[in-house]
Amino acid sequence: MRYIEPHAHMVSRTTDDYQKLALAGCEALCEPAFWAGFDRSSAQGFYDYFRQLTEYEPKRAAKFGIRHFCWLCINPKEADDPVFAREVMALIPDFIRCGNVLGIGEIGFNKNTRNEQAIFEEHVQIALDHDLPVLIHTPHLEDKLKGTRLTLESLANFSKLDRSRVIIDHVEEHTVTMVLDAGYWAGMTLYPESKCSLDRAIDMLEVHGPERLWLNSACDWGVSDPLAVPQCALRMKSRGHLADAVERVIYGNPREFLSQSPRFAL
Amino acid sequence: MPQKKQLLDLQFIDARHKLLDLAAFLDRMDRAAGDDDFRLAALRSALPVLLESRGDRARAILEAMSDPSTEPIPQAKRQGAYGAPPPADF
Repeated sequence: MRYIEPHAHMVSRTTDDYQKLALAGCEALCEPAFWAGFDRSSAQGFYDYFRQLTEYEPKRAAKFGIRHFCWLCINPKEADDPVFAREVMALIPDFIRCGNVLGIGEIGFNKNTRNEQAIFEEHVQIALDHDLPVLIHTPHLEDKLKGTRLTLESLANFSKLDRSRVIIDHVEEHTVTMVLDAGYWAGMTLYPESKCSLDRAIDMLEVHGPERLWLNSACDWGVSDPLAVPQCALRMKSRGHLADAVERVIYGNPREFLSQSPRFAL
Repeated sequence: MPQKKQLLDLQFIDARHKLLDLAAFLDRMDRAAGDDDFRLAALRSALPVLLESRGDRARAILEAMSDPSTEPIPQAKRQGAYGAPPPADF
């Protein structure tokens, strides 16, 4: 089995996890910029983080034959301070030219504030200015429904945005339809306690079909499983999905979306 | 799409296990001292959805446990989330 892990925060994971991913058939993984579990004290902290994403992690992944790509931004949890956020965003153009940078992400809302909305829209404009795809985070738990609606409202203001180059991640049963109906890609995140279980993600695939959907583990420093995607592939097979259908979801679909970035190659 | 019998063979024991865990959680909350809060109330109010005849129970429960407001807020009180919308004064 071969697959692509389109959303993993490997800076929080051990080298053993890279080995497990490789053993499970992972050929490439993508690492969106995110919250480290604490707020950084300066933009310099993000400069170091962006170097980690563009210089160090690709080398660590390559030792296990895995291609490493990343997305850059200031994450929604630290975007509620617009002055600080803009200092970090000013660093992005210097890193955009790095060979493993796919686009802008994971941007979006956290607590659905006006400042988060302003910084989100400025990120989208950066992506448009540099002709890059966009990866969007949607909020947690009780904030997801409202945050997804606000995300779609903001995106509707960008008339030049190609919706097929935007993925809205962490969808669940109450948000997946509105995302797909608006023409965007949707990501389903497989978490042990929140977001989607393996079976709920497969339910959504069965209800909506595989078009413009991908699976990811979003493994990070919290309760998460870096092997969630191959685990879900196994569960799909146990529920009667044929091998071709499984491969489309775990390999073909992420490759199709990610190939819209000229940097993505396997 | 799998057949009903196939799903029962695959998942009935797991569903039974999760139902018992939920029942035991509610029993545990009854035995515990002190006050509960909006989270338990949200859980209890969502339970009747399980018995409704509809094909979107998961969606209905997620919507019932979501913030119903529509406008961006001026400022966040916290970074995290609870799983159910807290009252305004929380």
